[in-house]
Amino acid sequence: MHTTPLDDLVACPQCDTLHIASALPENARAHCQRCGIVLMTSQPAAMAQILSLALTAFIMMIAAVSFPFLTLDAGGLHNATSVIDAVLAFNDGFAFPLAVAVAFFIIVIPLIRLSALIYALGPLVREQKPRQGARQAFGLAERLRPWSMAEIFIVGVTVALIKVAGLAVVTIGPAFWAFAGVVVITVLKDQLICRYSIWEALDKATA
Amino acid sequence: MITARDAGLVACQQCGQVHPLHAQVCKRCEGRLQSRDTESLQKVWAWLIAGMIAYIPANIYPMLLTSTLVERSESTIIGGVVELFEHGSWGIATIVFVASVMIPVGKFIAIMYLAISVQRHSSQNRHGRHKAYEVVEFIGRWSMIDVFVVAILSALVQLDTIATVNPGVAAISFALSVIFTMLSAQAFDSRLIWDADRTQQ
Repeated sequence: MHTTPLDDLVACPQCDTLHIASALPENARAHCQRCGIVLMTSQPAAMAQILSLALTAFIMMIAAVSFPFLTLDAGGLHNATSVIDAVLAFNDGFAFPLAVAVAFFIIVIPLIRLSALIYALGPLVREQKPRQGARQAFGLAERLRPWSMAEIFIVGVTVALIKVAGLAVVTIGPAFWAFAGVVVITVLKDQLICRYSIWEALDKATA
Repeated sequence: MITARDAGLVACQQCGQVHPLHAQVCKRCEGRLQSRDTESLQKVWAWLIAGMIAYIPANIYPMLLTSTLVERSESTIIGGVVELFEHGSWGIATIVFVASVMIPVGKFIAIMYLAISVQRHSSQNRHGRHKAYEVVEFIGRWSMIDVFVVAILSALVQLDTIATVNPGVAAISFALSVIFTMLSAQAFDSRLIWDADRTQQ
């Protein structure tokens, strides 16, 4: 019933409308004819940029986790916290499950996403065959996207700083800026990801 | 315009690859293929109801337990917003109010509207409903702001007798409410919005 080969068809993931894929001019976007979402973009250099941004974010994330994040001074008492402290400093029953969830949302899931992307895209940028499990890794990175909440955490920190301002003097440490850097880089990186192009690239590299 | 289903095909939602209708697993990304998620609405309602139930204790019980040299106080979500207003931090109070009250409640209403309109096979305002779905998916996570605020405050403000801050039960139930509604929105199969006119024919 169809004359076009299946591999040349693209269905919109959100409304199921069929389109025939064709090569896009550089830096163009293709939208779904019916619901209007972006189906694919063409940025020839995107793959290398995504990989370098992911590597940068990974290194900055390690800095963000290890350096002091915030320091608090009040009435002669001093309390310095790294992000890890901030997450794991619990001292009663309710704080524990909360701490685990927060640790996942702001550190563990972002790190899994970055590692999976680096693992899946690394060989593609060097024009080698994809690693074993590269597809699963990329699929995982995309599925975890809504659960990676570093940018929301930064807004939360800002609100917390203002709430605590009357109570004590808070100094922002280097890890805060590293974390803010991770957020900006992650946003830039996710803007560049065109799922369709990456799946195609994975296909071509395997063949 | 025809859909993959009308053409006797099934599309992978993860990578866009198109397969013959009977295919079960995507040949490209190994994702599970489903032309339409027939249990979508069941899952949407189940997670949504769980999210709404968890939102009740989140508003009744205290979010934050603060004790200083002079007093011990407990504040709920709304209480925290009111306090910020009284301190004159209008901007921050607005952010917290939007993230903790307007977004969750708006999301409950939006998801109910989407689910009911699909159940009624409505073919009205499909672009608007699709937009609503995209907004719900995008904005839901931002409700977590208040949970992070509580987590940071209770880690940072541990100054023995001078001041300590601890999370209350509401922090947990609010976090659960946000997680449940995120799962509800993810379970919604947006292709159902666009199917309505066909199913009625």
